[in-house]
Amino acid sequence: MVGNIILYFVVALVMVIFSFMAVKTTKILRAATYLLFVLLGSAVFYFQLGYQFLGAVQVAVYAGGIMVLFVFAILLTNRPNDDEHPLRSHRRVLGMLASVAGAVLLLWSLFTMPMVEGEGVRSLSDALAAGPDITMKMIGQAFTGTEKYQYLLPFEAVSVLLLACIIGGVTVARKR
Amino acid sequence: MDLNLLWYLVPSVVMFCCGVYGFVTRKNMIAILVSLELILNSADLNFAIFNRFLFPGSMEGMVFTLFAIAIAAAETAVAIAIIINIYRAIGSTEVNETNSMKH
Repeated sequence: MVGNIILYFVVALVMVIFSFMAVKTTKILRAATYLLFVLLGSAVFYFQLGYQFLGAVQVAVYAGGIMVLFVFAILLTNRPNDDEHPLRSHRRVLGMLASVAGAVLLLWSLFTMPMVEGEGVRSLSDALAAGPDITMKMIGQAFTGTEKYQYLLPFEAVSVLLLACIIGGVTVARKR
Repeated sequence: MDLNLLWYLVPSVVMFCCGVYGFVTRKNMIAILVSLELILNSADLNFAIFNRFLFPGSMEGMVFTLFAIAIAAAETAVAIAIIINIYRAIGSTEVNETNSMKH
């Protein structure tokens, strides 16, 4: 249990710091790299919460696929040594206001919500013990059935969406 | 002392608000997309956290996180195709200069 807490603190610190750096740095390739660390951190959280398949998908799709897309796009569209220009001040103030006010509001409502004081909040070990281990068989059945709590139609819709996205991406980005 | 719901939600809140800040202040379109990924990722993380701590007997949060990841991948691919096309057309990815598409 102590190991879990230490792991949580390390990963949470990494995620917070790299989220800040991903939006503050002026070099765009560095922003993408910091985003990669944030995505890997949330994959560790998924593993810690007992969703091994989800963590693996996060690493494969986000950290593997989307990051490669980002790096390709950055290298295709950025001249070397072409850093982002300094931001105009009123937009920086506006962004700071929106994000700080949002964070304060969210954290305030988080720490005053009624279920935090009641018995409804489990610890991680209780929550892991309360549910079944999620096996590949359960995930496969959830994705390929048509009963209640089974999702064949959205699954097929996502596959059609990915096909449309492949064709759309090629059509939009090809040379004329 | 043990980890509970709130501990996991706090990094998610910070990630979301960093994403909002970047989304408002960035001028490069790919940097805006990076901020958007931060926001989406914090929402995905919340699905999984609420599923684990409040409804540990079911797995709907995980399933919808999987769908959200797939749709985010599709959205990013199309967005990057559009950005590359804009770069070919006007030679820049700054949002201020893309208004020339109107004319």
